Amino acid sequence: MGKIQLITKGFVKENPTFSLLLGMCPTLATTTSAINGMSMGLATLFVLVLSNMAISAAAPYIPDKVRIPAYIVIIAAFVTILQFVMQAFTPDIYETLGLFIPLIVVNCIVLGRAEAFANKNSVVDSACDGLGIGIGFTFALTLLGLVREILGSGSAFGFKFISGDGILVFVLAPGAFMALAYLIVLFKKVTAKKGE
Amino acid sequence: MAVQSSFKNMTLCLFAVCIVSSALLAAVYAVTKEPIEAAEHAKTANAIAQVVPEFEGDPVPGTVTVDGKEYSYYTVNKGGKPAGYAIMTSSVGFSGPVSLMVGMTADRVVYSTTVLSQAETPGLGAKCVEPEFAGQFKNLDPAAKSLKVKKDGGDIDAITASTITSRAYTKAVEIAVSVYDAIVSSAAQEESAEVEAASGIPQNE
Repeated sequence: MGKIQLITKGFVKENPTFSLLLGMCPTLATTTSAINGMSMGLATLFVLVLSNMAISAAAPYIPDKVRIPAYIVIIAAFVTILQFVMQAFTPDIYETLGLFIPLIVVNCIVLGRAEAFANKNSVVDSACDGLGIGIGFTFALTLLGLVREILGSGSAFGFKFISGDGILVFVLAPGAFMALAYLIVLFKKVTAKKGE
Repeated sequence: MAVQSSFKNMTLCLFAVCIVSSALLAAVYAVTKEPIEAAEHAKTANAIAQVVPEFEGDPVPGTVTVDGKEYSYYTVNKGGKPAGYAIMTSSVGFSGPVSLMVGMTADRVVYSTTVLSQAETPGLGAKCVEPEFAGQFKNLDPAAKSLKVKKDGGDIDAITASTITSRAYTKAVEIAVSVYDAIVSSAAQEESAEVEAASGIPQNE
């Protein structure tokens, strides 16, 4: 597979949210608005690329039986770095995402890519894979956040275009499930047409 | 998948991974420590400026204990006299604490309030930061109005479908008023102690 394919496959064929249905917890919880979804996606993207690279570089030296603890420590280190950096330079976003930043450590996408891809492939390929999956995740979260924000609060990226409230249920947890379900249906339909 | 696992190499490997990770974290911590403190400081300073009337100089931090709980507050001065107090309080809302900075003027009026942190439901409780709700606490005299939501027989309009958040917000302001009373009474005690000391009357020798 070429490098470009490695990146694009994360966007459509192996889209973590719409296709692999991984990382549902942060997906459902943080997408109350487009901005929140996008920030969470970008934060995960950052961790994913760095942890994929570090793990693919370290994998040959890590004994099989302790690979999961070793990967988790590596991932946790990057997440904590991200946390410090966000706290220092984007305190507002840090506060909104709060709890979900540390939870990236146990996001199954990150560990999943480490286990399924990074530990058998080169550093560059792993970086591309992380980038692709990360972009796919960011895209999915932004879209879901946007849909929920439009329906639930009547605004898009923070700009309000109706007065008063939207359909409140969409900013609450049940709305997250509903919006996600319809988006997955839509995504399957679009990709099926392409003849996948 | 390359290395055979043995007790020795497993221990060594995890040890090495942990050492490298902690070294990296220590480095990043050292670099970001100052910006984080600056960001927090700026946030507090900003919140204080929002909730108290005009003042001179820097806000003076202090703490006071009310009902066994310690509250921090900042005194702002103007013309050598306290012009107001910015009091940090919090109360449990729908999904976690709602933390407020409540500004009180020297004549026991709530000047303004601002939310320091909250994790209420977006679109519902999170609307407590908006002026439609928070504006009710501007220039509010706690002696004239009852600090309870209307459902509980008070004077505060709750946010639609977010009574719990509204209650928490109102409660936090109420706490701030009692903290204010404690600050003022402890300041008065200090003052009278000073007066006694200055008057030089010997007491209970």
